[in-house]
Amino acid sequence: MSHIVIIGNGVAGTTCARHIRKRSDADRITVVSGETDHFFSRTALMYIYMGHMKYEHTKPYEDWFWEKNRIELKRGWVKDIDTSGKKLTFDSGEAMSYDKLVLACGSKPNKFGWPGQDLDGVQGLYSYQDLELLEKNTHPPKSRNNRVKRAVLVGGGLIGVELAEMLFTRNIEVTFLVRESKFWGNVLPKEEGELVSRHMRKHHVDLRLEEELDEILPDEQGRVRAVKTKNGEEIECQFVGLTAGVSPNIGWLKETGIAQKRGILVNEFLETNIEDVYAIGDCTQFETPPAGVRPMNQVWYTGRIMGETLAQTLTGNRTAYRPGPWFNSAKFFDVEYQTYGDVLARMPEHVSQFYWEHPDGEKCIKIQFETATGKFLGINTFGIRLRHEVFDQWLKDGKDVQHIVKHLRQANFDPEFYRSHEHEIAEKWNKEFPNMTVSVKKRFLVF
Amino acid sequence: MRILQFAGLGLFLIAFFTFIGSLFMGDYQMTEAVAKEVISDENHQALLLPELAPMIDKTYGNQFAFASDFQSTFERVNQAFKEQQQWDKVIYTDYTFSIVKASSIGYVADHGGRLFFLIFILGPIGALLYILPQLQLLGPAGIKNHHVFHDNEKNRGIIGIAIGTFLILFYIFLYWFEEYITNWTLIVDPLSMAMNGGAASQWFLYGFMYTIAIIVMGIRMLIKYRHNNYQMIRTGSVMFFQTAFAFTIPQVLAAMSLPAPDMKNMWPLDYSFFFDYRLNEMVEAGTIGFFMLGWGIALFAIGVPLFTYLYGKRWYCSWVCGCGGLAETLGDPFRQQSSKKLSAWKIERYLIHGVLVFAVLMTSAVLYTFFTEESQLFNIGSVYVSSFDVRGWYGFAIGAAFAGVVGTGFYPLMGNRVWCRFGCPLAAYLGLVQRFKSRFRITTNGGQCISCGNCSTYCEMGIDVRWYAQRGQNIVRSSCVGCGICSAVCPRGVLKLENGENNDASRMEAPAIILGNEGVTLNV
Ligand SMILES: Cc1cc2nc3c(=O)[nH]c(=O)nc-3n(C[C@H](O)[C@H](O)[C@H](O)COP(=O)(O)OP(=O)(O)OC[C@H]3O[C@@H](n4cnc5c(N)ncnc54)[C@H](O)[C@@H]3O)c2cc1C
Ligand code: SF4
Ligand code: SF4
Repeated sequence: MSHIVIIGNGVAGTTCARHIRKRSDADRITVVSGETDHFFSRTALMYIYMGHMKYEHTKPYEDWFWEKNRIELKRGWVKDIDTSGKKLTFDSGEAMSYDKLVLACGSKPNKFGWPGQDLDGVQGLYSYQDLELLEKNTHPPKSRNNRVKRAVLVGGGLIGVELAEMLFTRNIEVTFLVRESKFWGNVLPKEEGELVSRHMRKHHVDLRLEEELDEILPDEQGRVRAVKTKNGEEIECQFVGLTAGVSPNIGWLKETGIAQKRGILVNEFLETNIEDVYAIGDCTQFETPPAGVRPMNQVWYTGRIMGETLAQTLTGNRTAYRPGPWFNSAKFFDVEYQTYGDVLARMPEHVSQFYWEHPDGEKCIKIQFETATGKFLGINTFGIRLRHEVFDQWLKDGKDVQHIVKHLRQANFDPEFYRSHEHEIAEKWNKEFPNMTVSVKKRFLVF
Repeated sequence: MRILQFAGLGLFLIAFFTFIGSLFMGDYQMTEAVAKEVISDENHQALLLPELAPMIDKTYGNQFAFASDFQSTFERVNQAFKEQQQWDKVIYTDYTFSIVKASSIGYVADHGGRLFFLIFILGPIGALLYILPQLQLLGPAGIKNHHVFHDNEKNRGIIGIAIGTFLILFYIFLYWFEEYITNWTLIVDPLSMAMNGGAASQWFLYGFMYTIAIIVMGIRMLIKYRHNNYQMIRTGSVMFFQTAFAFTIPQVLAAMSLPAPDMKNMWPLDYSFFFDYRLNEMVEAGTIGFFMLGWGIALFAIGVPLFTYLYGKRWYCSWVCGCGGLAETLGDPFRQQSSKKLSAWKIERYLIHGVLVFAVLMTSAVLYTFFTEESQLFNIGSVYVSSFDVRGWYGFAIGAAFAGVVGTGFYPLMGNRVWCRFGCPLAAYLGLVQRFKSRFRITTNGGQCISCGNCSTYCEMGIDVRWYAQRGQNIVRSSCVGCGICSAVCPRGVLKLENGENNDASRMEAPAIILGNEGVTLNV
């Protein structure tokens, strides 16, 4: 029996603990976190603020679950790790020894050293504490006294959009400063970026593309009063959200001898440079990424799969991280987004693409494929749900793009009675690629 | 827009308080003519009228004193016969409701039309004025559950508790003290006359209000989910079945002096289907009666297994059923109050299957009596228990207390499907078919779930949908009514209600490859 200590009760750490317990009765498992007593879904933070849910709804397991599965929970911040003595020190001064250590300590919001970034009313959104701070920095729901009239968000990514949507439910106007010429420009190709921008403007977001933050200006009490952009414009505001991405939360590990660059360096078995110390989830960086894997993986499902993979290793079945083809999803106000495979914002020379957009401008589909061979590389959709299982198989089988266009209906995952668009999509495809035509039958009934 | 909403709310509240107030309007006075008209049986007249003499032409300020005087007179007469062992003279007809209603004088009796307009026309208009502006106020179509847990009425606040209390009292009066709410039936008398040719009973009033509630709150659903065709069509369907099958058709049948069942309702939810008086009524009605009997039996004997196999229990519970219809419309604002705890699920399984067993036993006893004319079932000590006792207990405990008082009264406290989840014997039966032999399942979309919890939170049946979704497993649960809300609120497009191949393994298992790491077979 060994004592496995996991630092971090996010999805990576929790999944790891659960799967260790599934495979081993004997090991003692302790999950440590300074943030909350129990695992909750970080992705649902926005819904707590908007009143769709309460904090307890975001906990995927009831509180009795941990004791029943003999997973010990320890609330506290780890300050230091002695890897040779295999001992942790908490900031309370307490100590805890371990046989094996798993670092699953997540991310923190980026701050790029902007003047004024630590003023009152300026914050990022990552942790439960950030959410509490946000409640303090804004006003209560349906309040008559709208203390915060305008917010400025800096950096266009997913958390920024979520924060914009959140603030709107408290009647706060939002100005969004985005450095790139299109929204979420490092991930989304042009058309999709435009679709999202349009949709956000429909929701009255004051979206400023190619505008950068210069500094944040305080009032006499040290609260934010306005921001100044690089173009010299001053925008009056009572709140600033810093949403320019996240980076691994590893500052506190500097002195431990655990190798790190942007994240904690791991090999494909999620082992660090020090024996019996492993890392999973947002905080990791692959030294040599396995084929098809990105060096940094900061999404929910990669954390989950890493946790599951490492549990195998820790229970005697050394297993390499092989997550399968990339996928992800998000929601921008009312428009859902899904992606399977690789769709690149900056398309390389040898790749071609196909784009279809619904006349309402809120649904679209983008397919990228190898020009020479026609091999399907990836797909983005907005406003259309797709079946993961089908695309996973197509990607693994290396299907060509014609197969995808022809059989798209097979992958449709929209609710019943939704209008489907495979026929229109194929028609457009046939016009644009006349030597690769496909035939798709029209469906007359909506179901 | 906000002003329109305020005006609407104002109108609605005026209608609501007028409705409550109308119970306390006017006086009660029994003339000899009224007494003779209501107590139409000449023997009863002879026995009762002399005793009622002190009440004749006396004015009572409220129905409570009046009803109490009438009832005590009635009891006294009967008591005397019982003491003298003159069993043939004892009166079993309960005249209280009709006599109170007929004795109402004053504003309600004279100005029923005015009150009808104020309550049943202006009320719904007010509600709609409140609801329709949401088309614009909610912003572009999409899931807008903003402030649900900040709202007083939707989150067990004082308004929620007040709504619950009102509903509970309403049902208690409706089932057991109908003689106190005769003024309400007076107001809808003209409508009842027009539809079925008779005066309104409390059940006519209830059916009418039920239908209005489903239509008005159905419109709210249509607006809320205008981006979602499944929700729109499903809501349209419950609105249609309530208006046509549950309310209008029975009135027409009654006008034609035919048995007037709600022909989309079925045993065992319609627990009195096999009661002697209903069987006799159908048998006596000839061909159409036999058709109704056959139809009623075919619905649960063939319809349930067949349609549930093809589409899951949703074909009934969230497309056709009246209880389901009310839950999905009037009850929708409260769906998030259902408990998702594992312990609640345990209680649910005992209760709902217990009620099913009770319903089957009770019906068997009733049929035993119908065919053998032997009503004695067994003795508890020296007390003899008849099938009439058993059906009485069922009607009181399940039919009225559970389905009505608890089932609807507890909407704001325990969610909108308390009855459907814990008590409905038909739901238990449909659920067994759905669980073990059906093509229906909710498919989980591979590894896309982010465990946010929206699906579980808004599942009215208290199913912890996320538990399955986050492990990539399809949801096959006997209680799922297929309302599709979990799929609608999921921000990642993870859930899809569908009918597919009926293969139990493929229906419920998680495809391990995409959920987890390749080469690792999951054992969830
Ligand atoms: C608002 C928001 C929305 C998001 N939406 C999505 C989405 O839609 N889809 C998606 O795929 N991803 C989304 N993400 C990203 C996703 O949440 C993360 O990738 C994921 O939660 C990372 O999990 P993790 O287990 O690696 O780390 P975390 O969840 O960050 O868990 C780390 C835990 O470790 C604790 N910890 C750290 N250091 C210490 C210490 N020294 N001592 C004690 N405890 C410590 C932290 O307090 C924290 O509780 C979102 C993130 C945010 C903030
Ligand atoms: S709503 Fe969707 S993403 Fe959220 S827990 Fe449910 S299935 Fe998962
Ligand atoms: S699981 Fe989904 S479809 Fe079934 S009852 Fe719950 S919310 Fe409705």
